[in-house]
Amino acid sequence: MKTDTIAAIATALSDSGIGIIRVSGDDAVVIVNQIFRNSKKEQSLLKYESHTIHYGFIVEDDDKIIDEVMISVMKAPKSYTTENTVEINCHGGIFMMRKILDMVLKAGARIAEPGEFTKRAFLNGRIDLSKAEAVMDVIQAKNEFALQSSIKQLKGSISDKIRSLREEILYEIAFIESALDDPEHISLEGYHDRLNGKVDYIINELDNLLRSADNGRILKEGIHTVIVGKPNAGKSSLLNLLIGEEKAIVTDIAGTTRDTLEELISLDGITLNVIDTAGIRCTEDQVERIGVERARKISSDADLILYVVDSSVELDENDEDIIRMIQNKKVIILLNKSDLYEVVNEKNISDMVRKSLNHDNDYKIIKTSTKEEKGIQILTDSIKEMFFHGNISYNDEVYVTNMRHKEKIMDAKNSMLQVADSLEMDMPEDFYSIDLMSAYASLGMIIGEEVGDDLVNEIFSKFCMGK
Amino acid sequence: MPEIREKVDVCVVGAGHAGCEAALACARLGLETVIFTVSVDSIALMPCNPNVGGTSKGHLVREIDALGGEMGKNIDKTFIQSKMLNKSKGPAVHSLRAQADKSEYSRAMRKVLENQEHLTIKQAEVCELLAKSYDSSSESDCIATKKITGVKTFTGAVYECKAVILCTGTYLKARCLCGEAITYTGPNGLQAANHLTDSLLNLGIEIQRFKTGTPARMDGNTIDYSKMEEQFGDERVIPFSFSTNPEDVQIEQVSCWLTYTNEKTHEIIRENLDRSPIYAGIIEGTGPRYCPSIEDKVVKFADKERHQVFIEPEGLHTNEMYVGGMSSSLPEDVQLAMYRTVPGLEHCKIVRNAYAIEYDCINPRQLYPTLEFKDIKGLFSGGQFNGSSGYEEAAAQGLIAGINAALTIFGKEPIVLDRSQAYIGVLIDDLVTKENLEPYRMMTSRAEYRLLLRQDNADLRLRKIGYDVGLVSKEVYELTVQKKKLIAQEIERLKNTVIGAAKENQEFLSSHGSATLKTAASLAELMCRPELNYKILSEIDLNRTPLPEEVIEQVEIEIKYEGYIERQSRQVEQYKKMEKKRIPADLDYNDISSLRLEARQKLISYKPVSVGQASRISGVSPADISVLIVYLEHYHSLKSEEI
Repeated sequence: MKTDTIAAIATALSDSGIGIIRVSGDDAVVIVNQIFRNSKKEQSLLKYESHTIHYGFIVEDDDKIIDEVMISVMKAPKSYTTENTVEINCHGGIFMMRKILDMVLKAGARIAEPGEFTKRAFLNGRIDLSKAEAVMDVIQAKNEFALQSSIKQLKGSISDKIRSLREEILYEIAFIESALDDPEHISLEGYHDRLNGKVDYIINELDNLLRSADNGRILKEGIHTVIVGKPNAGKSSLLNLLIGEEKAIVTDIAGTTRDTLEELISLDGITLNVIDTAGIRCTEDQVERIGVERARKISSDADLILYVVDSSVELDENDEDIIRMIQNKKVIILLNKSDLYEVVNEKNISDMVRKSLNHDNDYKIIKTSTKEEKGIQILTDSIKEMFFHGNISYNDEVYVTNMRHKEKIMDAKNSMLQVADSLEMDMPEDFYSIDLMSAYASLGMIIGEEVGDDLVNEIFSKFCMGK
Repeated sequence: MPEIREKVDVCVVGAGHAGCEAALACARLGLETVIFTVSVDSIALMPCNPNVGGTSKGHLVREIDALGGEMGKNIDKTFIQSKMLNKSKGPAVHSLRAQADKSEYSRAMRKVLENQEHLTIKQAEVCELLAKSYDSSSESDCIATKKITGVKTFTGAVYECKAVILCTGTYLKARCLCGEAITYTGPNGLQAANHLTDSLLNLGIEIQRFKTGTPARMDGNTIDYSKMEEQFGDERVIPFSFSTNPEDVQIEQVSCWLTYTNEKTHEIIRENLDRSPIYAGIIEGTGPRYCPSIEDKVVKFADKERHQVFIEPEGLHTNEMYVGGMSSSLPEDVQLAMYRTVPGLEHCKIVRNAYAIEYDCINPRQLYPTLEFKDIKGLFSGGQFNGSSGYEEAAAQGLIAGINAALTIFGKEPIVLDRSQAYIGVLIDDLVTKENLEPYRMMTSRAEYRLLLRQDNADLRLRKIGYDVGLVSKEVYELTVQKKKLIAQEIERLKNTVIGAAKENQEFLSSHGSATLKTAASLAELMCRPELNYKILSEIDLNRTPLPEEVIEQVEIEIKYEGYIERQSRQVEQYKKMEKKRIPADLDYNDISSLRLEARQKLISYKPVSVGQASRISGVSPADISVLIVYLEHYHSLKSEEI
C-alpha cells in the first residue's frame, strides 16, 4: 500500500545553528528533489545511494537560493520509519525552518501529526512498543486532570469563533434535514439564496482565521508570559506597549485591572502569550481578591514572568509575597517608572530578593518607563536571548499544532467551497449536506469536539513532533 | 396434567410485519418454525395507515426485498396506487410509496405463510418464555447468563426450540384510549396479550411503555370529494420488488384526496385539550414525535394556519377512508366536531374512531446489533416490541432477527448491516445504541450516508448478502451481478468516448443551451452538465447499445454525482475505521480508571461491540473514546503476550 509523505521540523524551534526537517514516505525523495539543487545546479537527489549525505541548496522558483543545506537520503526499509526518508540539515532559525517546511509541503508532502514518525515506525514494526504500558501511564496520569485540558486551552476567542461557525453550519444542516423529513411544515422555498449568503459569510470568516493563522496568532499558544506586580506598577501599560493598542484599562487608581487580560504577541518570530494580571496586594475588596487569586494561579503555570516594580515607591511586604510566589520561575524584573524620582534601584530589589528567599537569584533587571516607552527594546532583546539560549522554551508541538489546525480550517473552507459550487450548479438540497457535514467535522477536530479518525494518534501525539 | 409438547427449531411470537418476515426467513432457511398469533385473521394486519413505503420507509422495503424478504413482493401484489415521492429532489431522497388494499395485503401474506414449507401457523397466546441458566465463560464474545429453551402457551402447550423471536407489536398489556373511554384491547379491538410481560420481567428483561395512535376511518359515501384536491398515482408505476416484472404493476389505480384543517379545527382542539388523555396525563406511554397526533401538531406549530389531511382508501372492497394526518385520542364527540370542520368532511360519518394505544415494549439497548438479547442466548426480537414504529421498520427488524436466529442455530456468523450499508443498519444501530424515549421512526435525515443508500441501488448493495445467507436464489443473484457488470462497462465506455469540437457536436450543445466545446470532452464529462443527460446525449453518442432502464439510471447517477459520491465514500471510510475497532464482550470498564463516571456507566449498560458504536452513545465524549482506544491497544498487546 502506498503511504503518503509527511514532513516536520525535527529539531527544537530555536535559534540553534542547525535545524533538521524530516520527510518520510514513499515520495520523500521525489518531493525534496523538487526543491533541491546540488552545487552544479542539478536536481540530483534521485541518483543518490541510500545512506549518503549531500551538499547543495534549497531553491525556490528554480534558481532562487533559499538556504545552503546538507541532505541525507535513507531509503526504505532501513530508516527510522522504514520508509524512504530524507533529512534536510538547514540553518537553524524559526523563519528559515518554517520557510523550508512550507516548501516541502507545497511540493507534495503533508504536515506530520505529532508523533507520526514514531507511530509509523511502530506500525511498520520498526520499533517495539512493548512500552505501551508506559505510554498508558503517561496518558492516564495526564487524564486525571488534563484530559480535557486541550479543550480548556482552547477556550480563547478563536475557538469561540470556531465554535460559533460550527453552530452556524449545524443550523443549516439541521434545517435541510428537517425540511427533507417534514416538507409539509418546513419549506425550502428561497432557501437557496439564504444559504448562499451564509456560505459566503462562513468562507469569509474561515479566510480571516487562515490569515490570523499565518500571523501566528491562531490559538492561544506560545511562551506563557505573565506580567505580575503590585497595583499601579504599570503592568497594563506594559502590555499595551507590547501589543501597541489600548486594551487593558489604564488609570492612576491602584487596582484597576481586576481580572486577567491575555494577548498573543509576536516578537521577531517568537510567539508570546502575554497575560496581564491584577495587582497583588492584601485586599479586602472581594472582586479584587478573586483577581489576585487568579494571578497567583496563572503565575504558577507561566514559562516566563515579567515582574513590574514601581521604582518610585518603596518596596513592601507585598513585594516579598510576589518574590516568593515566583521563586521557581524564569523572571525578568522591570524597574518601571524610570521617568519619576528613583526610590528603588537594582541593589534594593536584589536585596529584597535575598531577604525574601534567603539566597541570591540572578534575575535580569531592566529599567523601563512605560510612559516614555523606554527600555522596551532591551526587554525584547532579553526575552529573545533567553529563548534562543534555551533558558525558556516552549512546547515543540506549537508550530505543528498550528499547521494541523490550519490544515483543518483549509479542509473546512474547501468543503464550503464545494457547497458554493453545488449552489451554483443548482443541485438539490440534500447534496449540500455532505459538504456541510465535512466542514462541520473538520472544524470540530480543531476544538476536540469531533472524534478524529485514528485515535491511536492520540498516544503518539504525546511524543514530540518531528520525532 | 397432560399437555402438548412439541419440538421445533424456532418459535416466532406474533404474526405482524416483523413476525411474518422473521418466520419466513427461518422456514426458508430450512428450520422448523412455528408462528404464534392471537388471531389468524390478523396476520400482516395494517391497523394504522393503508400504505407501505414513503420517505425513507420506501428504502427499507427495497432493502428487505434485496435481502430476500417478502414485504416488497406482497405490496406489489396488493397495491391500489403507487407514487415515487420527492422526484424534484436528489436521487437519494426519492422514495416509493404505495397505497395497499389492506385486507388483500393481509390475505396475500397469509397465503405466502400457509404455503411455506417448514412453517406452521398457530393461533395461541404465548404466556411464558422457557429458559435455563447458561455458562458463557468459555465463549469469548458472549456474556449471556441464560439460554432460551422454548415457549409455553396460555393453554399450557409447550414448544421446545432453539430460538425464540419476539414480535409482539403493540399487543403486550395493550389499552386503547379514545378520550375518557379506555378499552383493554390490542389494535382494532383485537385481544391484548396480558401474560407475557411478567415472564419477560422474570427473565430480567427491562420493559418500558410506549404509545402510538391512529386517526378515524370515515364512511366514504359521506365525504364530499369535490372540495378536495385529487391525488393520482404515477403514470408509470415502479415496483417495490427487484423481482417483480414492471409490466405486472401497470394497473388501474385509485385516487387519494388532499384537504386541509383550518382555524376552526384548531380552535376545537385547543378548547378540548383538557379532555385529551395525553394532555390530561392519563397516558403514561411516550408517543412518537415524528408521527404526531393532530393535537400535538396544533400545539407544536401554533402559528400554522392549516395542516394537510390526506383521505386515503382502505381497500377496493370497502368504502372506509383513512384520514391521514389527523390521528387523535380526543373523545368521540370532539373528534366528530373537529373532523367536520375540514372541507369535504362537513357531513362525514365516522366508521371507526381515532384512538391512542399504549403497550409494553423493551428498551432495545438490551440487544446486540444482531437483535439477540445480550443476556439470553437464543432470544431475538423485532418490530414495535423493540421500540420502533411503522410496518416497514418492523419488517426490516423481523427479517434480520429471523436471519440471525437461523445463522446462530447453524453455528454461522450472524449478519450486522452497518450505517453505510443500509437504512436497516441505521435503524438497528440507532435502536440498540441511542437513547430512544419514543417510538423510533425511520427518517431520511437519520442516514448520514444516504447518498450511497439510495432506494434505486438497494439490490446492488444487499443482494449478495441475501444470497450468501441463502434467502436469494442463485438465479436472482446472477441478475444483479449482470446488472453491475453492465453499469461498470457503460460508465467506462462513456468516460472513454471522446467528443471533438466538430460542427455538429457544437450545434447539438448550443441547441440544448449548453456551452460549446473548446477542447475535446468525454461523454461522461458532458453528462455532468446539469442541462444534459444520458438520453439527450444519444444524438451524439453513436455507438450506444440499448440497455435496461435500471442500468441507465445507475450510470446516470454515478456519473452525474460522482464527486459527491466520492466525498461521501471518504466519510464512510473514516466511519469504518472506528467500526472495525472491536470491543471484547468481556471488557471490564471498571478497569479503565480514566473514563468519566457517566461514560463508564453508559458503556457498562450498553456494552457496545465496537468503538464506533461506543462513540454514538449519548454521554460518551470524544475524550472518553480516546481513552477507550488507548486502553484497547494496551489490552490487545497484553492479550497477544498471553498467547
